[in-house]
Formats: sequence, structure tokens, C-alpha cells
Amino acid sequence: MNVRAQMSMVFHLDKCLGCHTCTVACKNIWTDRKGAEYMWWNNVETKPGTGYPTKWEDQEIYKGGWERTKSGKIKLRGAGKLKGLMNIFHNPNLPVIDDYYEPFTYKYLDLIEAPQTDEQPTARPISLITGKPIDIKMGPNWDDDLSGTPDFARKDVNLKNLTPAEQEAMFQLEQMAFYYLPRICNHCINPACVASCPSGAIYKRGEDGVVLIDQSVCRGWRMCITACPYKKAYYNWNTGKSEKCLLCYPRIESGQAPACMHSCVGRIRYLGTLLYDADKIEEVASSEEKDLIANQMDIYLDPNDPEVIKAAKANGIADSTIKAAQKSPIYKFVKEWKIALPLHAEFRTVPNLFYVPPLLPVMASVTQNNKSDGSELNPISKHWSDEWLYDTSIDEIFGTIEQARFPIKYMANLFSVGDTELMTEKLKKLMAIRIYRRYKTVGDISKEKSDRALAEVNLSEEDAEGLYRLTSLAKFDERFVIPAAHREQAIEMAESTADVKGSTGMGFREPPVRGL
Amino acid sequence: MNLLLFGALPYMALALFIAGTIYRYKTGFKYSSLSSQLLETDRLFSASLAFHIGIITIFLGHLIGFLAPSLFIPIGGSSLVIVETIGVMFGVLALIGMVLLFYRRVTNDRVKMVTNKMDIIIEILLMVQFIIGILIAIDMHWGSQWYLSNMVPYLHSIFSFQPDISGISVMKPLAQVHVVIAFLIIGLVPFTRLVHFLVAPFHYILRPFQVVRWYWNPKTINDANRQWQDVKRPKNN
Ligand code: HEM
Ligand code: SF4
Ligand code: SF4
Repeated sequence: MNVRAQMSMVFHLDKCLGCHTCTVACKNIWTDRKGAEYMWWNNVETKPGTGYPTKWEDQEIYKGGWERTKSGKIKLRGAGKLKGLMNIFHNPNLPVIDDYYEPFTYKYLDLIEAPQTDEQPTARPISLITGKPIDIKMGPNWDDDLSGTPDFARKDVNLKNLTPAEQEAMFQLEQMAFYYLPRICNHCINPACVASCPSGAIYKRGEDGVVLIDQSVCRGWRMCITACPYKKAYYNWNTGKSEKCLLCYPRIESGQAPACMHSCVGRIRYLGTLLYDADKIEEVASSEEKDLIANQMDIYLDPNDPEVIKAAKANGIADSTIKAAQKSPIYKFVKEWKIALPLHAEFRTVPNLFYVPPLLPVMASVTQNNKSDGSELNPISKHWSDEWLYDTSIDEIFGTIEQARFPIKYMANLFSVGDTELMTEKLKKLMAIRIYRRYKTVGDISKEKSDRALAEVNLSEEDAEGLYRLTSLAKFDERFVIPAAHREQAIEMAESTADVKGSTGMGFREPPVRGL
Repeated sequence: MNLLLFGALPYMALALFIAGTIYRYKTGFKYSSLSSQLLETDRLFSASLAFHIGIITIFLGHLIGFLAPSLFIPIGGSSLVIVETIGVMFGVLALIGMVLLFYRRVTNDRVKMVTNKMDIIIEILLMVQFIIGILIAIDMHWGSQWYLSNMVPYLHSIFSFQPDISGISVMKPLAQVHVVIAFLIIGLVPFTRLVHFLVAPFHYILRPFQVVRWYWNPKTINDANRQWQDVKRPKNN
């Protein structure tokens, strides 16, 4: 057992309101610079939709991530040693700026300086690359809230194995449903970006697993852009270096939550430490598709197990880190309650960002289906009749997947490598918690019904309380359990203190300007 | 004049090259291919491929002739024609690639934004150099022989710090200009994007796919029984 610590995340999609506050927080801190305008290290997509960059999930186009060979090993799809070096003069799989969008601003000064006329003055859009007027065709979030559905949502890659009828059902005008998918770098355990970098500039920090690009070693060979299947490594066209989400490491080293997480209005984000067994990385990443998620779950170790603690200490993991792992909200969501899933595990990078899937669209379809009961929302008491909404013969609710507004198959394509059963299980859990809380707070559901619902998904009442608390009430310190970075060592981590005695600061000693 | 161009210029160029590239490397950030593919990819494809395949082959040809002239000596007769033709073909390939790259640089609005003076200067120099090279090949046949008899001894004399410019002085002006521009380009390397070929990533082939950096060797730093002196920096730091 080779125990390592990993900073990991859970995003609770049922709570995401799509406000993009996270996106703006990240942009303001990190990417509000020339050459980085088009980068959104954090972005929020509407699903169904094509995302940013357009259709990033379609590896037929972008050739990202790993693929399993016939011999059961894995290889990089569009990069790698031979392919990377052969394609170094021109990378045929590189997304170009138009796949993201051409960054733009407006000539605001024209509004102020326009002479007095009968017409309103206008501020024309200009490109942030060329500085010339442009006709805006795309933005980073062009399909927000399903806008432009025929061009975007209909082309969602995850619809690939849905029947035309199922797709049609999803896009019926009055039945359309959507949810938000916030994305940052997954700080993967088997990162494709690291493996693809010819210079060896990208690395995983041993202490907390954050994946970073060493800016003074990056040579702009732009292979990581292709290799990352989540398209979370970006090329700065101005400095000639690649950049990516750094999990706000200067913030987590000082005990603060990353900017996107701290600012999250819906409080959907959780950050904590997981312990994992580094000896198993290759085995997990190359498992058969159907075992991918189960095997990934196995790589994470129980931080309360004495054996694990012993091995962790032997590996030099600090006590404070082990303690943080024991209190980790991520461990609870992912391993204890088993309610969160990684996004597109089939890319085989073993991502460390997990999603609690959204429940609502599935429920809504049931509302539709059962209108014939004559049961409606009572407009005065705002109370739904017990018969159908809280009917705990959950089989019935999830049994009518074909008519669901949001086919489980679609959700499974995103979060469970197409395994609809696994997906259904998570949704049932979410449902059971609601039933349980309804029983507790409103009391119009009987205890047996609530018990039955919990039993069906293997949750104890204690689990349900814990889940409810962490989902709805948790304060900052419960959502973000950040171990000390041991900065007393950290300074020595970066450089020998004796060598730089009397000098100030760490990091860049020259400004990051473009080479000639 | 000859002494200045063939005796002094090479040393100035080499000194600049060595000091400049090391200084630039030490300060870290400014070594990059400065790829412009994100901004424009279609036209780059054929241009960059043609140029690089051409230039690298030509560069290696010159280098091998210089380092291991004995390899070329036995070449004669019909194989000489083949070697020469191949040389010219790659030269033309490089030239076509460079012209296309240059044209792309000065016509594409986006690429123009990441083009600076040095890009223009060096690309023009390279184009001139390619044209002269091709002219030499046509005008003064069997270059792979007189390169060995006249140029290589001259270059060897430069690198062994006993400059002997007699070989070069008797060459045709075309060949002399070729040499001068070559040293000019070498001297300009640290001030241009050409530094990128010095850091071509061949070490990628040997390294393991995944890279993990530890700030300190964690096993030793957290062990209270160890003496401070025993703690070694890991190699990757
Ligand atoms: C093995 C060695 C080399 C590698 C790996 C390499 C790689 C590259 C790469 C990745 C680019 C950027 C292309 C883009 O815009 O995406 C580039 C551009 C360029 N390279 Fe190289 N190169 C090598 C050798 C050379 C040599 C020997 C020369 C000339 C003496 C050279 C001259 C150039 C020039 C002038 C450009 C700019 C092209 C333009 O965009 O106008 N390269 N190279
Ligand atoms: S999400 Fe992409 S950039 Fe982030 S670690 Fe994984 S492969 Fe690398
Ligand atoms: S963790 Fe920090 S760098 Fe990464 S997306 Fe969030 S705000 Fe941006």
C-alpha cells in the first residue's frame, strides 16, 4: 500500500443555481490577463448542451484522455510519446480559439464620447485578440439555460445512444428540463495532461495531489491541451505557455477555500482530503469500462482504518492531513453514503471531482405522468396529495424511465459510464432523503414509508441525518476541511532558505513576459 | 574585411549565442515555441511541416558534414548526384515552408498580433539563406565535396581557436555570403524564437508518463529521529 493524500471535491448539482459566481471569482483572480481572456478555469454549463469548448466531451473530435488497448493497457488517445513528438510541428488535434470563442469587449468610450444626436450611441464589440470590430458569434456560455437549443442542446454528445423518441421527449417545448454542470480541473489521479507533456513541465504535487504547470519549464508544445479530456488545460497565446486551474493552491496553503468554492452562492461545493493507494493507479485506470467506477471507489482508502493510518504515516503523510481525511466531507459523500459520482470516468484519468447528480428533472416527469390521477397541487395549502408524489413504491417512480423528461440513460452517459442502474441508485438515495425529511418536518408522511424508502437504498437514519446536514446546513468548516500545508516546511519546500536569505518572496523572479 | 567577416564575426556570433542562450535560460520564462496554432491552424499545417522537415534535414546534413566528414568522402559519381538532389529538395521544401509561414504571419490578423520585429527579421534572414543555399547548389555543383575540402577545414579552424580563413577566402561570393548569414543567424538565436529548438523535448521518450514532485522527501522530513543534516533535497527540486 502506497498511501498518498489527494485534495478532492464534491459539487452537489441539486443545489446549483447556475449563477456563475464561481466563474467570475476565478476569472477575477486568475485569468483577467492578456492571452487568458478566453480561458475559464471554472465554467458552468447548461446540460443538455455542447459546453465549452464546443462539444468538448466528443473525443472523436478532440482526442483527449486515455483509451484502453486490446491488451488491456491504456494509451493516450491523441498524444503520447510517439504521437506527441510526431505532431509537434503542428498538432492536428488542437482546439483552436473559435472552438472556445473569440474573446471580446465593447468600445464603452464611444458611449461617452459620441456627439449629441437623435439616436442612441452604441458600443461596438471589438476582439480582444486583434482589437478590431467583430461580429460576435460565440461566447463562453452561449447556450446558457438552453438558449439556441437546436444548435446546442440538440447536439449534446451524451445523447448519442438515446433513441430519437427519447430525444424528442426531452425537447418538447413545455417539457424541456435542464440542469447546470459546473466544471473545474479534476486534479486527476492519472492525469492525461501530465503524461502528454513532452517537456515534463506538468506535475502532480506529492503532498496534496494538485496538478500544476511549471511556467518556466513549459515550452508551449501544446500537447496537454489535446490530452486533457475535460479541456481544462489552456494555451495562453500571448505568453506562449499553457495554464490551468491550480486549485487556488496559494489559498488552500493558507487554509482558505478556493475562490470558486468560497464564493459559491448555492453552497454546492465541498473540498477535502482523500487517501488513496498509489500502487493501484494503473490497475484502476485500465479496468474494463463496466468496472471503472467501482474500481475507482476502491482506490480510496478508509482514513479510520488503523492499517491505512500506519501506512500513511510510514509514507510521511502528516498527522494533520490524516485527521483532515477523517473529517473529509468528500469521503462521506463518495465512500460512506456513495451518492457522488465522477464525471465521464471513461476518460480514464481517474478524476477527483465528484458530482451529486441532480434529482429534479426526473421528478418532474412523474408529475406529468400522473396528472390523470386528478391530483394537483392544492393552490391554497401548496400541498401535494400523498398518493403520488410521495408514493414510496419507488419502483414506480423510477420504473417509467421511458417517459421520463430526463432519461436516466442521458444522466448515466455523463456520470456512470452508461450504467443506468448505478445512476438510478443515486437518484433513489436523493429521493429517500427527501421523503425522510418530509416525514420529519412536515409529518404528512408516515414513519413506515420513510423507513421503507431509506431501507430500499441502504441508508440508516443516521446517514440520512448526516447527508441532510451536510447538504443543507453545513457551515464553512464542515464544507471545506483543509489540512495545514505546513508552511514552515513549505518555505523550505520551495527553496533552501539559506540560499535566498535576505531576498524577498518566492516564485517568479522575472515578470511573465512573452519571449521574442 | 575578410578577416573581420570570417575571423571575427564567427567568434562574436558564437559568444553571443552561448552567453545569450544561457542567460535567457537562467531567467526561465522566455523559452517557448511561441506556438500560434491556437489562433490559426489550417495554414500552419502544411507550412510548419514543410519548413521543419526541410530545415531539420538540411541542418543535420550540414552538421554531419562538419562533425564526421569521413562519411561523405567516399560518396562519388551517381550517388553524389542523389545526395545533392535530396539536399536541394529539402532546401526547397524548407524555403516553401518558410515563405508560407512568413506570408501567414504578415497576413493573418490574429497571427499578426503575436508577431514581433525579431520574427520578421529572422524569417527574412532564413528565407534569404535558403535561396542562397539553393543557388549555390545549382551554381557550384558538388557542394558536398568542396564543403568538405574548403568549408569544413575553415569551420574546424574556427572551433579549434586557430582561425584559418584561406579556404573560405577563395570561395565564390555566394558561398561567402552564405557563411556570413549563417553566423549572423547563430548570433541572433538568443534574441529570437529560435531558442525553441535548443529545448526540443527528446527526453520525453525516456521519462515515465506521470510526474510527481515532492517538495521534500516526505519520509525523511517527518521522521523526528532523523538528524536535520540527513535531510536531502529530492532531485526534482
Ligand atoms: C527538433 C526541433 C524543433 C522543434 C521540436 C520545433 C518546434 C516548433 C514548434 C512547435 C513551433 C510552433 C508552431 C506553431 O505555431 O504552432 C515552431 C515554430 C517555428 N520554428 Fe521550430 N522546431 C524545431 C526546430 C527548428 C529549427 C531548427 C528552426 C530554424 C532554424 C525552427 C524555426 C522555427 C520558426 C521560424 C518558427 C515560427 C514559424 C511561424 O509561426 O512563423 N525550428 N517550431
Ligand atoms: S482534468 Fe485535465 S488538466 Fe486537470 S488533471 Fe485531469 S487531465 Fe489534467
Ligand atoms: S480552484 Fe481556483 S483556480 Fe481552480 S477553478 Fe476554482 S477559483 Fe479557479
